[in-house]
Amino acid sequence: MVTLKELTTEELFTSGHRLCAGCGAGTIARMTMKALRGPTVAVNATGCLEVSSTIYPFTSWKIPWVHIAFENAAAVASGIESGYKAMMKRGAWDRHVDVIAFAGDGGTFDIGIQAISGALERGHDFLYICYDNEAYMNTGIQRSGATPHGAATTTSPAGTKIPGKPEFKKDFIGICAAHGIEYAATASPAYWNDYITKVCKGIEVKGPAVVHVFSPCPLGMRHDSEKSIEMARLAVQTRYWPVYEVEKGKYKLNIKVPKPKPVIEFLQPQGRFRHLFQPQFKHELDVIQHWVDQNWQRITALCGET
Amino acid sequence: MSRVVGLTGDEAIAYAVKQIDVDVVAAYPITPQTIIVEAFSEYVHNGEVNTEFVCVESEHSAMSACIGASLTGARVFTASSSQGLALMHEMLYIASGLRCPIVMGVVNRALSAPINIHGDHSDMMASRDCGWIQIYAENAQEAYDWVMQAFKIAEDQDVLLPVSVNIDGFILSHSLEGVKVLGDEDAKRFVSTRKPVLTVDPARPITVGALCLTDYYFETKRQQAEALNETPKMIDKVNKEYGSLTGRRYSFVETYGMEDAEVAILCLGSTAGTAKTVAKNLRSLGRKVGVIKPWVYRPFPTEEIMKTLENVEALAVLDRACSFGALYGALCSDVVAALYQNGKGLNVFNVVYGLGGRDIAPFDIEAIFKEALTVAETGLVKEPLRFVGVRE
Repeated sequence: MVTLKELTTEELFTSGHRLCAGCGAGTIARMTMKALRGPTVAVNATGCLEVSSTIYPFTSWKIPWVHIAFENAAAVASGIESGYKAMMKRGAWDRHVDVIAFAGDGGTFDIGIQAISGALERGHDFLYICYDNEAYMNTGIQRSGATPHGAATTTSPAGTKIPGKPEFKKDFIGICAAHGIEYAATASPAYWNDYITKVCKGIEVKGPAVVHVFSPCPLGMRHDSEKSIEMARLAVQTRYWPVYEVEKGKYKLNIKVPKPKPVIEFLQPQGRFRHLFQPQFKHELDVIQHWVDQNWQRITALCGET
Repeated sequence: MSRVVGLTGDEAIAYAVKQIDVDVVAAYPITPQTIIVEAFSEYVHNGEVNTEFVCVESEHSAMSACIGASLTGARVFTASSSQGLALMHEMLYIASGLRCPIVMGVVNRALSAPINIHGDHSDMMASRDCGWIQIYAENAQEAYDWVMQAFKIAEDQDVLLPVSVNIDGFILSHSLEGVKVLGDEDAKRFVSTRKPVLTVDPARPITVGALCLTDYYFETKRQQAEALNETPKMIDKVNKEYGSLTGRRYSFVETYGMEDAEVAILCLGSTAGTAKTVAKNLRSLGRKVGVIKPWVYRPFPTEEIMKTLENVEALAVLDRACSFGALYGALCSDVVAALYQNGKGLNVFNVVYGLGGRDIAPFDIEAIFKEALTVAETGLVKEPLRFVGVRE
């Protein structure tokens, strides 16, 4: 695990970007830059991080940064990696370049899943980071395949009949691990050294690696902006967001939560779950707690924890 | 040393790409383009090229990977058809908007629905405004020659725009021809290596694909429009160089019989071959007919086309694609706009033909020439847009 002392004080993702106060994506981008080991290119899918960090003629990025479109960060990363490889073969390029793709949950779970699957199967040497704020926050809070059950978004509103999103969240890391890649992990920015260590590992792997990190969003999850890291910590401490890694097919639980807090402690401060605390929808809180328990059991079993 | 090889249109394109030994090919199979990726895969697996061949999972990812690779400074090629090109549509604009000199072989095929695998120009015409240089070849030889020239045109520092080289699905893609190919060394020397200007390089970090709002977007697009309109100079330069190397001289428009033609057919691609044969027969009977074949469709060669029309009295423009709800097909709309802009009130009629690979026979072309002669004589266009070769 990296220590604070080992981290560079150099900021390759600079201040002055237009992300909201308390946005997880900015913190995640900054921490990611602290994990770099050498020449690196960032690819960014369309989304909050992209639109807020590179409003022409400004940029927050001190490394080469490429945005092409929404659904294809993994495909673009494939091309960049192949470009350097090919030029290296004919002597027109002389050094290894790490490629990191950033995408939100919409660009990953939904519209980008095909490009990711293709790139993982082809085995390109790149790290894919999904910062998951659990909805299409950039377009104004619409539900995605990563939005949890019960959450209210503008396309899964807290109606009188249907209280928020009826469906459950996809198992993205399970999908990635099923490709047989060498490294896949989840993380939370509240546990910065765990996250940065995982980014380092993902970069070092020769071949594709994926890190799926919880990204608090004060605007879309509707919590106080100074509570972002607290939310990211509660997500882990309630077992809502198990922090684990899959290394060469082997699951390992990185943060044990022996005495979990009830999930309502994570849900209550967030406006997107407020409607579930009304008497007629209270059973939904049990449904979410049940999902959390089941998911935790599934993941810990995979990790060989009892 | 030049030699003659038996190649289909698809193989001719793959062969040129092999001789150029491009850095990255990212492509996805689709009929009738598939032979290009198949032939190229053999070159890769037999160690005949150094190319990184990325077998992507869709055409959308093909063009995405091509853009990524091109931004690093690599030389990049892909190929597609029909639905594949349509799936790429979003990326076509980004390739040109980011000034990536990608070369693509487009094997023209009809668009669904109903699904059809045969040749027409609906695919490229649906993306004609995407900012790419667009070339149409008449046969496998032209396809080979244009691919050779395309890299040099695209990568010129005053161009930096992608180029599509179009061939008719099946009619050219699957027909075997004797193709004069360059010696490998001559090909390499002619195309040389890409000399990129601004690339994604960690030693000189740049931000590519930033968000441009109301304050800058328009200027970038204005510059892009300017860039495409400036390309004829470089296309001409490359045509001349290639001409002196091979003796095969290309330009923007090829003509047949236009020195004294009173009526003409203007069309793209393989149909021009049939039209020339029919014109030859009619000319031997004393009819003053001719054929105009634009090689370059974008940027539209207005001046060159206008020159060919100086003494023409009636013109039939043949479109192998339908612009639903429009006055004319895409090609004819451009021609009519060019005539209007130049104050030339020529009698024009538009023929939509050959959709979904429907054959256009010499007798169809002959009937079109005869109609054009009648129009020239009477000065009357009875039907400005007609469908030829269809059961009504």
